[in-house]
Amino acid sequence: MSQFYTSTDHFVLVPAIMLALFGCAVLLFDFFLFPEPRQRKRLVWFLFAGEIFTAAGLWRQQAFLASEGLPEITAFQGTLTVDGFSLFFNWIFVAVSLLVAIVSWRYLEIEGEHHGEYYGLILLAQCGMYFLATGTDLITLFIGLELMALCFYVMVGFLRERKRSNEAAMKYLLLGAFSSGLMVYGFSVMYGLAGSTKLRAVAAAIASRDAWDPVVFLAMATTAVGVLFKVSAAPFHMWAPDAYEGAPTTVTAFLAVGSKAASFAFLMRIFLGPLETARPAWEPLLVLVAVLSLTIGNLAAITQNNVKRLLAYSSISHAGYILLGLIAGNATGLKGMAVYILVYAFMTLGAFLVVVALRRENLIGEDIEDMAGLMHRSPGYAVLMLIFLLSLAGIPPTAGFIGKYYIFLALLETSHYLLAALAALYVAVAIYYYFRIVRSMFISEAVAAPPLESTVGLRVALAVTGVLTLAIGVYPEPFLRLAQTSLVR
Amino acid sequence: MESIVQHPLFTPVVITLVIVGLFPLLAGYIVLLERKVLADMQVRLGPMRVGPHGILQPIADAVKLLAKEDVIPAAADRALFWLAPVIPAFTALTAFAVLPFSEYIVVTDVNVGLLVISAMSAVGVLGIIVGGWSSNSHYPLLGALRSSAQLVSYEVALALALICGVMTAGTLSMVEIVERQLERQIWFVFDHYGLMIIPFMVFLIAAIAETNRLPFDLPEAESELVAGFMTEYSGFRWALYFLAEYASIFVIGGAGVTLFWGGWLRPFPNVAWLEWPLNVAFPLVLFLAGGAGCFWLTKRLMPFSRWRAIFMAVIAVTLVITGLVFLIPAVNRAVIGLFWFLLKVGVIVYLMIWIRGTFPRFRYDQLMSIGWKYLIPIGMGAVLVNAVVGML
Amino acid sequence: MADTILFYIFAAFVLGGGVLTVTRRNSVHSALWLIVSLLGTAGLFLLRQAEFLFAVQIILYIGGVVLLILFVVMLVNLDETARLRQFNKAWWVALACAVVVGIEIWYVLNRGLETLEPGEAPQTAATIEGNTERLADVLFSEYLLPFEIASLLLLVAIVGSVVMAKKRI
Repeated sequence: MSQFYTSTDHFVLVPAIMLALFGCAVLLFDFFLFPEPRQRKRLVWFLFAGEIFTAAGLWRQQAFLASEGLPEITAFQGTLTVDGFSLFFNWIFVAVSLLVAIVSWRYLEIEGEHHGEYYGLILLAQCGMYFLATGTDLITLFIGLELMALCFYVMVGFLRERKRSNEAAMKYLLLGAFSSGLMVYGFSVMYGLAGSTKLRAVAAAIASRDAWDPVVFLAMATTAVGVLFKVSAAPFHMWAPDAYEGAPTTVTAFLAVGSKAASFAFLMRIFLGPLETARPAWEPLLVLVAVLSLTIGNLAAITQNNVKRLLAYSSISHAGYILLGLIAGNATGLKGMAVYILVYAFMTLGAFLVVVALRRENLIGEDIEDMAGLMHRSPGYAVLMLIFLLSLAGIPPTAGFIGKYYIFLALLETSHYLLAALAALYVAVAIYYYFRIVRSMFISEAVAAPPLESTVGLRVALAVTGVLTLAIGVYPEPFLRLAQTSLVR
Repeated sequence: MESIVQHPLFTPVVITLVIVGLFPLLAGYIVLLERKVLADMQVRLGPMRVGPHGILQPIADAVKLLAKEDVIPAAADRALFWLAPVIPAFTALTAFAVLPFSEYIVVTDVNVGLLVISAMSAVGVLGIIVGGWSSNSHYPLLGALRSSAQLVSYEVALALALICGVMTAGTLSMVEIVERQLERQIWFVFDHYGLMIIPFMVFLIAAIAETNRLPFDLPEAESELVAGFMTEYSGFRWALYFLAEYASIFVIGGAGVTLFWGGWLRPFPNVAWLEWPLNVAFPLVLFLAGGAGCFWLTKRLMPFSRWRAIFMAVIAVTLVITGLVFLIPAVNRAVIGLFWFLLKVGVIVYLMIWIRGTFPRFRYDQLMSIGWKYLIPIGMGAVLVNAVVGML
Repeated sequence: MADTILFYIFAAFVLGGGVLTVTRRNSVHSALWLIVSLLGTAGLFLLRQAEFLFAVQIILYIGGVVLLILFVVMLVNLDETARLRQFNKAWWVALACAVVVGIEIWYVLNRGLETLEPGEAPQTAATIEGNTERLADVLFSEYLLPFEIASLLLLVAIVGSVVMAKKRI
């Protein structure tokens, strides 16, 4: 091992190596081992193996941190940092990738676009997410972000025959490239300030300046645009409804959950790291963005008839809630963010999985009308959807309530009473549009339609997300402790 | 006067002026060489009319091209049509700036010399595609499309081959590359237990493709595309393209010689006892033999034309004197590097003409599959193998 | 002095080329003006003694633009585009936004400049051992990891373009 690749470096890099290795392996095996389209679903097993090795690497990191009692391990001269925060997010990524992968094959077969590249891209996107959660260096973060985004651009356009999918990919790509450009501009200003790309050095450089220093403000504002675009917070949300609607539903789920969680990890690394001392400057900005996200997300969702589009707007509003935790900024708020992201991951994933099940041969099944009378046709799915929707709205005893509870608590603790009231108001609006779906499922007349698709993978994934959504709501203790570990930094 | 000669820019400027002045002549005589060699392979005589054995043919050609009418197609994009031929001529000339003709004869030794040559050949493509497009005509456009696809593809293989050499040398500066070969006491083509021969072969093939020559001359395949991207050009503009093409042959040959054949070094540069036989006796014998050949030709020309015979005799005497000049130690030291460099480039140019004379043209899909499916993987493999062997 | 004059010449290349790239009707002309702009950037690199970046900028971007021209020639109907209106009616909104953002950045930088002390350029080291060597050293030591991730990024780009463009995969 040379000076530039020590055993510590290797230890920290193992999960990413595994992801990249298995990602490439899937691409190769797809070509050499499984030329027949029917054999391709076996690639899920490779993805599974990759995730197991990744998880093993993460587990060893976690065990090492616990046994040595260290707060963090840094590698590559401060380029990567493994701490509770990165591990927390990486566990979410592992879970989400697995859940998305096991439901995908049947859906993609129905769409006629079941290709091995899909699984490779999932693994490589997760590799990008790993660097987003673990990186503490501007260049690494940026390349990780682009790696993830590039995989998503391709996956969003995966239904190559469908104009909608192409349009979605195109919009996402163009806007994403533009926002990345702005963000890199911000990064370059940060580098100019510090003379180093390491977040620690940047933090020191910014801390030595006034919070309202114009150059810092320029760096912060341009970086914020890029980051907020990725978490699809208003007014940088324009791509989200189109991309969510046009993408294959499994990809939408991955995009809404994985990409958003990774982007929030990135956002927290930047805003709680180097930009922490500039808080007076960015707080009003984020308040504006959060309020806009809540307003636009919730109000626009009311008129949507397409479930995927509705969930897209709902995810915009959820981004607003999570940002509120950052605005509060105390320990409760940060814990609330972590809990909220965890909860959001499973409930949103679950809701999208029900939409996946609604896709059948010759039936798109994305409109609210397609859910009419679902209670009478497939009560199991209807009940699960109800749980997810209740959770999304934030009604106890589901997980969504716990997430919102901590956010509100943090807002009240830091005396942001007006924001808390506004956020509570929008919960009422949210209940209205979520219950349009519920009404369609439970009260509308059943229409004749083929039964829902149901594969083993889909049932397992739905069971996991459903149980977790309920479990976090009923007995949140262990999950709160998990979120607590992410704060040790 | 003293101060002018002492100025750091003096030598580069003089060399530049000489290069710019000799550049058309050089291209013209490479053409003559090509025609003569091809004629020899086809058991013909080649150009014989202008001057003894056609030795003044290039000058006659140049006069003809200058005097020709300059036709610009009515539908052409005039500005670009004007600009296009200038680009390859400019880039080819710029690339000369980093070629080390000898230890002393080099315009500038920048530390990314090889990259500059690469960059200039990349910009040169632009002249072809702009020329083809701005002619607003079918054959030129097809030729331009073919040629840019070909050049972009083979540039990769060429770069991979160059990387092997650069890796061995550990520098991108052309002068230092040669000096490194002196230190390692071996030309890079034989280095790494002979494994470097592979990148050299890749380089040679890619270089032929890069200069649009047979068997890779798809862009200007006469039987299919009239004259490819140059179809609509005439007169002096066409001459610029032509000059650029032959200049780039020289440049790419020079790059290959510098990187793989030891540049201005003589063979076995470290074996001291070969100093006299190779550096003095060899050029002497070479030029004297050339002079003797010319005298023999003079005798044969005598009955036909006295003027031609005298011309030939002058050439013969010049050759003999040149050979004798190598006996003066001071002069020998100054020009021996240039001698070896030009000789080696001449060998490469001869190789290219030889290949042109013997190979049929490839089909377009064959061209692409040779580039992408064979040369690039082989080049990558060569980089890998030579990197490992170089580490040992 | 010569450096300053050269700087302004190259800067004019960059900006003029950029503006003309956007405003030309003919896409091939746009692509060629883009080259002028990129060559100006290469010149600026050279002024900062970054020879390697200079050469790489030319090799990569000229190659890229050549491909761009190919795509324009193959995919775009130039006669059609010449007749199309180049900007939609809201162009003045975009212009206003650009001006506002420009003034903002100028103002912010202007106010911030007095607090911004640019680090001294590592010129001495560059002239001693050469910019290329230093770049390689840094790239394979301090920035080893991002360098390697970038290769993954390129892999994804290749796979992605194949997935998007190939009829049968």
